[in-house]
Amino acid sequence: MKSIQVYDPPMCCSTGICGTDIDPDLVNFAVMLAQFQKAGIQIQRYNLGQQPHDFAQNDAVKALMIAEGTTVLPLIFWDGQLHLKGRYPTKDERPAWFQAAFPHQEKAIA
Amino acid sequence: MSLPLYQPTATTATRFLFFTGKGGVGKTSLSCACALRLAESGKRVLLVSTDPASNLDEVLETTLTSAPTPIPGAPGLHALNINPVAAAAAYRERLIGPMRGILPESALRSMEEQLSGSCTVEIAAFDEFSGLIGDPAATRDYDHVIFDTAPTGHTLRLMSLAKAWDQFLDKNTSGTSCLGPLAGLEKQRVIYEATVNTLADADLTTLVLVSRPQASALREAQRTSAELRAIGVGNQCLVINGTFETHCTDDVTAQAMQQRGATALAAAGDFIRSMPSYIVPLRPINILGIPGLRVLLAATSPENDESQIVKPQPQSWTPPQMESLESLVTTLEQQGHGVIMTMGKGGVGKTTVAAAIAVLLAQRGHAVHLSTTDPAAHLAQTLHGQVPGLTLSRIDPAAETALYQGEVMQAQSAAMDEAGRALLEEDLRSPCTEEIAVFRAFAREVGQGTQRFVVLDTAPTGHTLLLLDASEAYQRELERQARSTQPEEVLRLLQRLRDPAYTHILLVTLPEATPVHEAAALQADLRRARIKPFAWVINQSLLHSHTCDPLLQSRAHSEHRYIDEVVAHHSPRTAWLPWQPEEPVGPAALARLATSSTQHTLV
Repeated sequence: MKSIQVYDPPMCCSTGICGTDIDPDLVNFAVMLAQFQKAGIQIQRYNLGQQPHDFAQNDAVKALMIAEGTTVLPLIFWDGQLHLKGRYPTKDERPAWFQAAFPHQEKAIA
Repeated sequence: MSLPLYQPTATTATRFLFFTGKGGVGKTSLSCACALRLAESGKRVLLVSTDPASNLDEVLETTLTSAPTPIPGAPGLHALNINPVAAAAAYRERLIGPMRGILPESALRSMEEQLSGSCTVEIAAFDEFSGLIGDPAATRDYDHVIFDTAPTGHTLRLMSLAKAWDQFLDKNTSGTSCLGPLAGLEKQRVIYEATVNTLADADLTTLVLVSRPQASALREAQRTSAELRAIGVGNQCLVINGTFETHCTDDVTAQAMQQRGATALAAAGDFIRSMPSYIVPLRPINILGIPGLRVLLAATSPENDESQIVKPQPQSWTPPQMESLESLVTTLEQQGHGVIMTMGKGGVGKTTVAAAIAVLLAQRGHAVHLSTTDPAAHLAQTLHGQVPGLTLSRIDPAAETALYQGEVMQAQSAAMDEAGRALLEEDLRSPCTEEIAVFRAFAREVGQGTQRFVVLDTAPTGHTLLLLDASEAYQRELERQARSTQPEEVLRLLQRLRDPAYTHILLVTLPEATPVHEAAALQADLRRARIKPFAWVINQSLLHSHTCDPLLQSRAHSEHRYIDEVVAHHSPRTAWLPWQPEEPVGPAALARLATSSTQHTLV
């Protein structure tokens, strides 16, 4: 895995700390991405509330939103391929992400 | 305590003057009067309002725009009005407009709500006026530029972190809320930095803290003072507006008002002595037009100058139909349980009204829980164990916020570098954070109302409720409730608040311009969230006080138009409460307050 693109629903912030509910998966996801980025993986994150242009310019994202509404967000791509839609990776799924990000390491950092 | 009158002069005034203070303390009137004073001493003065609820037009009797407009009757004085709500709306439209027809309607709607928060408005206001401060060309024709609002410490701290922006926004994956709106704003960063530097320059800028001779208003001024001093805005002075002295020795109302002011000033003595402090005596209300503004900063005290007193018109006015609080309680108790909330701006008496309702309900045999955010909690203490059936608790906003901040930092900070951590910490000091933290405590209390009455003196803003609505709808569609981190109480909150049989909201106001207009704005927000207030309460009215003090008579007379406005335009039901010579503490005094009516009043 060389890059991750995330299209978030409109949020005050990428951690949800300003929202009415903290989603622990969202917070952990943000932390995980920070670790990936330090290791040189390219991370691009777009918030519908602040960067709508990036949603409109991505045909795949736009088509999914028109077909299924905003509940299809977040959309998470690995190297340009859709990997997860409508939610953030759970605790059980995160080790697989670390595996994909650091294939040469024996054990996942998670 | 003897303090000098506030008398700004061209020789001592700095180029930039910022008036700050909470709603209703008189920032607009004072900044206008100061601008007029400087213009009449031969200076060229620009007066700028960035207050969304600004009544600058009314005070100056001139229709203002966003460009400097000369004020008739005041040579040398120009004024302009920046509406930060409109600026924020323009900013929203810049983001959302190009997406119409491209992204689905549901996406546009949720973007809009996310961009309606107080952070967006606050930062849009800063963006607007930094154009006037940070860019020398914009104000070069003026000797003085006077603002009737000042940026908050939160905004300024964000600005001073500006150097980290480029790096942070490019690399950031962990996100930060309040820089989001900033990133989309148009002014150049160099102008923001120049603005922050100008504010910190004591030769160029004075911060005028406006307060009232009231304990809560002085505490608020002290808090603002410390916060802005910490970010470098060090050239400060304090103006206590509306100090009152009476010649009427036998007048209970006038004597009590004088005494209460003196007590508040004495209690804040250390703060008052810590900087140059001045007073502006209470004047006959409605400081309107150029002659009125001259009176505000007149060198004479009103009690020594009969010409300042506007003699009330002969009493031809009949008060509209209003109820006692007791009469509202009679309706409220029919349900047998549920939630009652008092809402309104700080200082209008939400806690007193909530406590009076709780006492009456308990005295009528109901099980009642009173939950208050009253910082001093004096009132709650006076009720403790005094009324059978009444229990008490307190939501401490500071403690709830600290708890929440701790949780988030613990979860977040490990994987962040120092710059990221600093920005996250600043996010957590935003007004939204306290709102969210208190909201969680609030949801807990509301859930207690199924078996008994719960009376609350606080409530989340309409914006928070709408955000909740958005996230609730989002979760429902995904059927994710099962794994939500929210307790049952939060998930059912909106449904409960919208149920007129479960929740009754009372909007509390004073019979004055600013509190009435702010309560009306609150009501509009609630209606957007499909929540309908049950009644309004007009508190601390001087009608029927039988005061013999001419100044207070004149103020009582000025209440008429605001009472009329509330009853005719805003309120389905209106209760009326008289100004109390003594703070109503303890069950007996609260019950007596609740039974006052315009027909038979306390003397």
